[in-house]
Amino acid sequence: MQATVALTVTRYRPERESEPTFQTYEVPFRKDWVVLDALNHIKDNLDGSLSYRWSCRMGVCGSCGMKVNGIPKLTCAAFLSDDLPGPVRVEPLDYFPIIRDLVVDLTDFMRKLTKVKPWIIRKEERPLAEGEYLQTPDQLDAYKQFSMCINCMLCYSACPIYGLEPSFIGPAVIALAQRYNMDSRDQGAAERLEILSGHDGIWQCTFVGECTKVCPKHVDPAGAIQQYKLTGAAHWVKSLLLPWGTR
Amino acid sequence: MDLFACDVLVVGGGGAGLRAAIAVAETHPRLRVAVISKVYPMRSHTVSAEGGAAAVIKAGDSLDEHAYDTISGADWLCDQDAVEAFVREAPEEMLRLEHWGCPWNREPDGHIAVRPFGGMKVERTWFAADKTGFHMLHSLFQTTLKYDVIQRFDEYFVTTLLVDEGRCQGVVAIELGTGKIQAITAKAVILCTGGCGKVFPFTTNASIKNGDGMALAYRAGTPVKDMEFVQYHPTGLPFTGILITEAARSEGGWLLNKDGYRYLQDYDLGKPEPKPVFRSMELGPRDRLSQAFVKEQEKDRTLVGPYGHYVHLDVRHLGERVIDKKIPFVRELCLKYVGIDPVKEMIPVRPVVHYMMGGIHTDIHGATPLPGLYAAGEAACVSINGANRLGSNSLTEILVFGARAGKAAAAFAAEQREASSSILDQAQDEQRRLEDTLLHRTGGKERIATLRAEMHQVMEESAGIYRAEAALKKAAEKLQELQERARDVALEDHSYTFNTELTAALELSYMLDVAQMIVQSALERTESRGSHQRTDHPQRDDERFLKHSLAYRAEDGSPRIEYLPVTITRWPPGQRVYGR
Repeated sequence: MQATVALTVTRYRPERESEPTFQTYEVPFRKDWVVLDALNHIKDNLDGSLSYRWSCRMGVCGSCGMKVNGIPKLTCAAFLSDDLPGPVRVEPLDYFPIIRDLVVDLTDFMRKLTKVKPWIIRKEERPLAEGEYLQTPDQLDAYKQFSMCINCMLCYSACPIYGLEPSFIGPAVIALAQRYNMDSRDQGAAERLEILSGHDGIWQCTFVGECTKVCPKHVDPAGAIQQYKLTGAAHWVKSLLLPWGTR
Repeated sequence: MDLFACDVLVVGGGGAGLRAAIAVAETHPRLRVAVISKVYPMRSHTVSAEGGAAAVIKAGDSLDEHAYDTISGADWLCDQDAVEAFVREAPEEMLRLEHWGCPWNREPDGHIAVRPFGGMKVERTWFAADKTGFHMLHSLFQTTLKYDVIQRFDEYFVTTLLVDEGRCQGVVAIELGTGKIQAITAKAVILCTGGCGKVFPFTTNASIKNGDGMALAYRAGTPVKDMEFVQYHPTGLPFTGILITEAARSEGGWLLNKDGYRYLQDYDLGKPEPKPVFRSMELGPRDRLSQAFVKEQEKDRTLVGPYGHYVHLDVRHLGERVIDKKIPFVRELCLKYVGIDPVKEMIPVRPVVHYMMGGIHTDIHGATPLPGLYAAGEAACVSINGANRLGSNSLTEILVFGARAGKAAAAFAAEQREASSSILDQAQDEQRRLEDTLLHRTGGKERIATLRAEMHQVMEESAGIYRAEAALKKAAEKLQELQERARDVALEDHSYTFNTELTAALELSYMLDVAQMIVQSALERTESRGSHQRTDHPQRDDERFLKHSLAYRAEDGSPRIEYLPVTITRWPPGQRVYGR
C-alpha cells in the first residue's frame, strides 16, 4: 500500500490571483479516507489558507460537492482509494463562478429554486383540527424519489446545457418542481407551468442524462424532466386552456 | 460599516430557526424578520437526523404516556410544565409540517404511520423513512421561501451579540463571501444555532456544530443550563462517527458482544425476546445502553478494530425488504462508508457523542433572562431533555419551541423602540477586534488544529460516559491553559474572501468556552444522573441535585455554577425502570 498520495487542488484568491491556479500537496494515504479527509488534513497541517465547504460528512447536507478527477462528486463520499496511485485532482464545480479556491457561488441556484414555488400550494387549506391529508404509500411513492434532492449542485456541474445556457433553470430545480406537482396534497402545478414550460424550462433539456448519472441520491432529474415533458406539461397546458376540463 | 435593521433576527437556519421565522411571519406579518446562518439553511445539521419525531396521534397512546416516557427518560431533571406544553403542542406542530409537505411514511389507508423508539411505552414516532431530519428541514426551508417577509443572510458568521440598556439589540456578523463586517440590529434575537458535539473528538455532529450560540449567550451574561449532560448515542460507526439510527433497533435490530450474546440482558434492561419489546433491551434509553457498552469493554467482551472497541448491531434477520423500506439510509451508509451490506453482515458500532441536553437557559416561551434574547432547539435548554433526552423528542422540540420562541420574540419586538444609538459604537469595536486581532494578525505561534486536538483529548478523557473528580479537575486546568494559548493563535490567511481559517479560529474560541462549561458543571455535580455518571459519586442525589446547573461567565472568564430548582407538576421523582 502506498504511504502518501498527491492532491492537486485549485487555488484562487481573488486578491492575489487573477485566475485559478493549481497547488499540489502530499498527504498520507489511508484506506478509510475520503477526499474530504485529505482536504481537512491539508487545512489542519499543511496550509490553513485553503478554503472549501463541508459539514455533515455523511452525504446528506450537500455542502462538499467538487470535481474529483474531472467528475462531480461529494468529496465526503469519494474514497482516495478509488483514484490511486494519484495525483487526485480536486476542482470547484463547473459552470458556477468561483468565489475562492473550491468554493463556488450558489446565488443563481437559490434564485431559481424560489421561482418554481417549491412548497405545497392549495386552493383551500385544510384546518389542522381535521387532521392530516390522507396519502397512500403509492401516492407517496409517486413523488418520493424527487424529494430526495440534497441541492448539492453536482447535476448542474454535469449538465452541458447549463454550461451553454446559464438561464436554464436546471435539473435539480425541475425535479423539485415535479416533486410538488406529483404530490397528491398539492394543487399548484398550473402556477409552476409558466416557468417549467417557458424559455428557460424543460424544453432546453436535450436529454443528455448526465445529471442522473452524477446524482448521489438517485433522484433521477433526467427522468423528472422526461416525465414532465411527456405527461405533465401536456396535461397542465390543457387544464390551463380548458380550466373546466380534466381537473 | 454596513448596518441593517430588522425587528426579529433569527440566528441559525436549521429546523428551530426556520420554524421560528415562520411563526414570526404568521403571527406578526408586519414585522421585518431575518434569518442569518453561517451555512445555507438546507446545509444545517437538522438534515442529519434520521429516526423520527415523537407526537401522540394514535389511539392507545396519551399525552401523559408521552410525558412520563420523557420525564423518566430524563431521570427527572426536566421541567414538567415544559414537558406538558411540549407533548400537548407536539401533534399540531407535526400535522402542520404534514400540511407543509413533509413526506411522512403512511399506513396503507393513507394515515400517518408511527414506529417504536427507545425508552417509549408505545409507538409514537413519526418518520420519513430514516431521513426524517432531512425531509423536515427541506420541507421547512422550502416553505419559508413563500414568505417574502423573511429575509435571509446566508453564509454570514455571527461573532457577537449587541447588548445595550439591558437588552439584546442585534449582532455583528462577517459575510463570508466578501469578508464584509455587518451590524444587524433587531428588537429581538432568537438563537437557534444547534449543539456543540465538535468539542469532542468522536461525534455524529457536523463540522459546523461548535456551540456558537451557547458561547455568544454566555459571553453576553446569559446562563447556560445543564451543560454536564452530554448524550452518547449507542450506535455510531467507528472512525467516521456516522450515526446508525435507533430505528435500526426499534425495527428489531440486536446488539451483540464479541460472543454473539445480547449483552444488554446483563444490565437490568430486561430479557431478550426475538421481537422488540417497548422500554426493554435494545429499546432501552440511550444513556443506559451507552453505559452498558463501557461495562462490556471493561469485561473484555467487545471486539477491537483499528479504531478501538466496538460491538455488533445485527439487523440481518429483518430481511432485505424491511431494511429497504424502513431503514434504507442505514444500508446506504454502511455500503458507502464501511463497505458492508447490513442485509448480509453485522454492523460495527460504538457509542458516539450525539446531543447536548444542556443549552441556553430559557423559560417555556424560549425567553432567556436577558430581555430581547430568545433561544430554541438544541442550542437552548427549556428544559424537556433533563439528564437524558428521549430519542425522537428533539425533532419535535425544534418545531414546538421554535414556534413558541418565534411568537414570543415577535410579541416582544412589537413593543420595543428602535436600537439605541450607542449600538453602532459597539459594533465598530467588534469590527476592530476582528480586523486588528485576527484578520491582520501576524506572528501567532499556536496552530488551530493543535489546540483543537488537545481540547478533544482532554474532553474525551474527562467528560465522557463515566467521569471522576481528578480527571475533571485536570481538564479544567488544561482548558484554562488552552484558552490562554488560543490568544496566541497563528493565522496564515489574511484574505477577506471566504476566509475559513478565521472562522475556524472563532469556532475554536466558542468551543473552548463550551468545553469549560461542560467540565465545570460536571465537576460540581457530585451525583450520578442520566447521562452524567460519576464513578466517585455513583448514586442519584435528589436532596442536593434535583436542580438545574447554571453556568455563568465569571469576571476572569471561567464558569461559575449556580443552581435552580426543577419544576415538578404531577410526576414525583421515582426510579427509572426498564425491561420489567
